[in-house]
Amino acid sequence: MQGFIDSLLATTTTGLSRELAYLGGMIGFGALVVFGFILPMAGITSWLERRVWAKIQSRVGPNRVGPGGFLQWLADGLKNLLKEDVIPEAADPTLFRLAPYIVVAGFVAAFVAIPFAGSLIIADLNIGILYISAVTSLVVVGILMAGWSSNNRWSMLGGIRSASQIISYEIPAGLSVFPVVLLSGTLSMQGIIENQGWAPVDWHMFHSPFTLAAFLMSYIALLAEGNRTPFDLPEAESELVAGFATEYSGMRSLLFFLAEWGNLYVIGAIMATLFMGGWQVPAFTDNVVLLTVAQFGMFFAKTYFWVFVAMWIRATLPRVRVDQLMSLCWKYMVPIAMVNMFGTALVMVVIPEGSRLMSYALCGLMLFGLVRFGRRVNYHLKRSRRYDTVGAIMPV
Amino acid sequence: MSVEIELAGEGGGLATEEMVLNMGPQHPSTHGVLRFIVTADGEVMRRAVPDIGYLHRSIEKIAEKVGWHGFMPYTDRVDYVAAMTANQGWAMCAERLGGIEVPKRGEYCRVIAAELGRACSHLLGFGAMGMDIGAITPFTHALREREMINDLLEELCGARLTFNYLRIGGVAWDLPPGYEEKVLRFLDRFELAVDEMGELLSDNRIWVERLAGVAPVPPAMAMAYGLAGPNLRASGVNYDCRKAHPYSVYNDFEFDVPVGTGEKGELGDCYDRYICRLREIRQSSRIVRQAIEKIPDGPVIAKVPRNFKPRAGDCHVVLESARGEMDWYCASDGTEYPYRVHIKTGSFTAMSIMEALSPGLMIADLVAVIASFDIVAPEVDR
Repeated sequence: MQGFIDSLLATTTTGLSRELAYLGGMIGFGALVVFGFILPMAGITSWLERRVWAKIQSRVGPNRVGPGGFLQWLADGLKNLLKEDVIPEAADPTLFRLAPYIVVAGFVAAFVAIPFAGSLIIADLNIGILYISAVTSLVVVGILMAGWSSNNRWSMLGGIRSASQIISYEIPAGLSVFPVVLLSGTLSMQGIIENQGWAPVDWHMFHSPFTLAAFLMSYIALLAEGNRTPFDLPEAESELVAGFATEYSGMRSLLFFLAEWGNLYVIGAIMATLFMGGWQVPAFTDNVVLLTVAQFGMFFAKTYFWVFVAMWIRATLPRVRVDQLMSLCWKYMVPIAMVNMFGTALVMVVIPEGSRLMSYALCGLMLFGLVRFGRRVNYHLKRSRRYDTVGAIMPV
Repeated sequence: MSVEIELAGEGGGLATEEMVLNMGPQHPSTHGVLRFIVTADGEVMRRAVPDIGYLHRSIEKIAEKVGWHGFMPYTDRVDYVAAMTANQGWAMCAERLGGIEVPKRGEYCRVIAAELGRACSHLLGFGAMGMDIGAITPFTHALREREMINDLLEELCGARLTFNYLRIGGVAWDLPPGYEEKVLRFLDRFELAVDEMGELLSDNRIWVERLAGVAPVPPAMAMAYGLAGPNLRASGVNYDCRKAHPYSVYNDFEFDVPVGTGEKGELGDCYDRYICRLREIRQSSRIVRQAIEKIPDGPVIAKVPRNFKPRAGDCHVVLESARGEMDWYCASDGTEYPYRVHIKTGSFTAMSIMEALSPGLMIADLVAVIASFDIVAPEVDR
């Protein structure tokens, strides 16, 4: 981004000071990203999630607004904007009003360091991944604030659950990043991606068994951090009514959900960046624009794959209990993540160049697992189709 | 499962404060308007005291005012999730007092309706339980099948919720033409679908962890609290009114009574209650199949005078509803209005055990326990 503004300044002869141009460029590009990408993306994710669930649950899902219900998110947003914004009398009004903004700010700020393509990133910070895990933790402040200021015991329980959960799962999530940082020798998101190749064997994921384990740990921990099923305890609707968002109505309530759906993209982007080669595509052309588009598509596809998996998990799994959540984190994930970190370091010392054979073997193992899984899914699909052909549904 | 925590003040641990939570009457997982006053230390409950009465509609008193025939539609509302069995209880009371013999075909129609209704109720219980534990998919799958049963029952009686098919002396109408084949065709599909629904949850690791060993009810305790139906059988007590003292034509059918064995955790835990209920759906479909096969020809309703006046006296009728043993007590003074009616239901006794089970459970467990007892609010209060 900085380079782009520099080149722009060099070509034009305006007397703008460099700092002012940076500021203007950042604000302009930031606004473009927030309003042109993040908000629609979060909205579309909400539509996609409902459609994916509907497919899994043998129903139709939203299909009224626009083709296939695609514009449902706009209708929902508009409706919620027009709703009354109720603030309970007993609530702390300042904190109550402020909380949704902090949650949204937390997840939007993460996009500063998230790459979209080789040349598309708002700021390629040299502490990229550290910055992302730091600002996404801001969400917990907002949630805790919402839970506390609502002056409702269910909200408070939700807020406290969320705080303990996010803080606990920061540790395995952070520890799972270390193997990648060790491998690439940088915290910068672009640096991490450039250290990998476009082919799966060159991905960090398949560097050694430890990184493969770190990859799985990382996804589980990020799901927990994003309050997604099976770790969606803070807003467990059957237990805590609506958790920390119980007292919220209208647009404020929607902002929490916006952050949740937006967070899904962040989770996917982190997974794609750290372990799956990010935007790396084979160098098929010299055309920069075409290459950037291809890179963007690749990154987007990888990200949305993980978003889709999160939706799939949410439609499939029940919810764990608080004590099970904590024991999973502290008894299993933290030790395993620790072993992964030291194991990766050990592998790097023993085989400094990395072993292609090991990468290919791990790739094969993953492929084998996917094929097995696909066959099983296919088998179950066939079986469930069996009863669709057995008895016809009677007309009424 | 109980969680050990350090008490405030004792042992120099962190001083904690108890918090009173008001769970309900409007709470997503209390299945209607139930209320629990939960005293909790953080996430761990000290006790949960049920507070009932929010859905009390004086159904027993209404019976004294509307007469024998007139009360029949009200019985649907005793348990609107499985209305047919409540219909049957009232019909049996009146028939016993009035000395009415129900035609064989009428009894078979009753069994078909009641067992479809039981499957319907258990499906809803299964789906709602999944929903309460956080699995959203089984609910829609269960409701999909339930809709088809509703279609079938709608053909019988025109209603999709408060089924009202039974009358004193038999059933209102004969089965519609071609009904038997429709039911059999549905059952062919339904049995496969129920198996698949079970596969969605029964062996799911998180599901088992959430339910196995949670709030186990030993057999003695289950009997002491008067638990009924699947809740009692999950504790290992093999007692089913359809077997123990067969009413209607249940003697003609072969079916098993699923009993809890503590297969994943302890005997009588939430998982046992869940799996017993799921297995009962299969047994219900077995009974319906046999009933369709054996159904005789003939009238479906006996001659009952419009101005029905049974003998003076009282009677006690026991039948197996979807939520367990349903006791109907009815006293008549020989007029066209019953003198007193009393109903004892399975959900009511299940509510009474809550307070004893709750100490040491997590708040999330309470939701699982309510769902596993399959408590239906209108049945608690009537």
